[in-house]
Amino acid sequence: MTRTEFWQGNTACAEGALAAGCRFFGGYPITPSTEVAEHMAVKLPKRNGVFIQMEDEIAGIASVIGASWTGARAMTATSGPGFSLMMENIGYAAMTETPCVIVNVQRGGPSTGQPTMGAQGDMMQCRFGSHGDYSVIALCPASVQEMYDLTAKAFNLADKYRVPVFLMADEIVGHMREKIIIPDSIMNVPRRELIKGVLPFKPDNDLVPGFPQFGKGYGVHVTGLTHDERGYPCATNPKLHETLVMRLVEKIESARHGIADYDILNPGAEQVFIAYGAPVRTVQQLMHDHPDKNIGFLRLRTVWPFAEQALNKFKNVRRFLVPEMNLGQIAREIERHVKVPVMPLPKLGGDLHTPAELFAALEAQS
Amino acid sequence: MRHEVRFSGFGGQGIILSAVILGRAAVMHDNKFAVQTQVYGPEARGGASMSAVIIDDAPILYPKVANPDIYVIMSQEGFEKYGAGADEKAVMLVDSTLVFSRPKCRCIEIPATREAKQTLGRDIVANIVMLGALVASTHVVSEAALEKAILDSVPKGTEALNQKAMKKGIELAAGG
Repeated sequence: MTRTEFWQGNTACAEGALAAGCRFFGGYPITPSTEVAEHMAVKLPKRNGVFIQMEDEIAGIASVIGASWTGARAMTATSGPGFSLMMENIGYAAMTETPCVIVNVQRGGPSTGQPTMGAQGDMMQCRFGSHGDYSVIALCPASVQEMYDLTAKAFNLADKYRVPVFLMADEIVGHMREKIIIPDSIMNVPRRELIKGVLPFKPDNDLVPGFPQFGKGYGVHVTGLTHDERGYPCATNPKLHETLVMRLVEKIESARHGIADYDILNPGAEQVFIAYGAPVRTVQQLMHDHPDKNIGFLRLRTVWPFAEQALNKFKNVRRFLVPEMNLGQIAREIERHVKVPVMPLPKLGGDLHTPAELFAALEAQS
Repeated sequence: MRHEVRFSGFGGQGIILSAVILGRAAVMHDNKFAVQTQVYGPEARGGASMSAVIIDDAPILYPKVANPDIYVIMSQEGFEKYGAGADEKAVMLVDSTLVFSRPKCRCIEIPATREAKQTLGRDIVANIVMLGALVASTHVVSEAALEKAILDSVPKGTEALNQKAMKKGIELAAGG
């Protein structure tokens, strides 16, 4: 029996995490993500879980990484300024292949910017924010339902690929309340265990190593330094470093087809919108209001790794239109994969694009 | 049938809670779709607060209120900021104790804060009086759904007071 609720997006995010078996939250509250922490603080102790408010976001993500190494599904939630503070340890999570879920309910930046207003300005930061080369997975919800569903999914992806997974929400989706259907149960894919006798950082065929179980006889060295398959630092061997970093990237990039989550509408259209997060809702309204316009739509739930293969599905496309609540961060990513013009439709300030604004863009010199 | 309802007043009156209760009534008890959104700043109290609900029989795509057909205004500043531009076809309920201006559209005057204070003894339930009046005069949700949603949402021990406040609102709307 499913059940219906009228929930805020941030509540749905926390409930999705709990349903996925998350039993650790470490973080520092910040608008507009605070309700995720509040909800976890109430619910986790009742489910044999742990909630810790750390001294700042640097420590918040550090505690999440530590909890993950004990075998727990672990998460944090933050927004712009806290996300910036987390960057160093996000790189550490990538290097140590630590599964974890990081929720960013995006607000207007730079700096403290607009705490109570929505934005999508951290899409490149979540991909490239820490130093060095690595790959991550980022999901973007466009409804309260997806705050639940995609948070749960994020935990499975984190465990499957041993990588930090970002839920890149925004203030609009995080704070709005709407109808949500809660499933009976959700599919939880358990973390792959390390087989006894195999070195702890020796990858399987999919480039992902099994995970050593805490307290089950392994002595594992975990370091942010370049390390060999034993986990021991080996930071001056160029070949070893190259092999390790290439594997961290390739384990995600080579799996992009499996990770990709998108919908394609009207693939024969000449004008195609591409959107993720809150602007998806404006495109949906536009298509609903103008069924005669043959508007194409690539609606992304996974933004990283970028689903470039989906762009080829629009055989007659003359241009892509990309509404984003930033200055065109993903439009630029799209541009490097296609030959037709890409028109960024940036919007700053916190308001969502209106259907009229997107209609005007559609009609302009088309 | 799509309705867009905008609530405004000052922080502390329960403007956001009013919208949450209305949305909850629609979704949980009338089996409709609703989206509730809000505009707020860093202040804890005071300042103009605004919250909105879209109610529809079909799933709601664009979640922001563009052109409300129903207004509930509970402060003068709220009127000036979020009510003065109301479309002539809209209907506006004003708390006549606190709002002195009147819109160009149809206006229903509810002395909610006065009645909450004098008849019910607690001005804090003025927002529930307004909700009762809103539902009685517009039927955006059923009275039964509103009552259940109020009981779901208010603190324990205040149920009877809030039920009385809702009934008072219904009565005032019928009388006006």
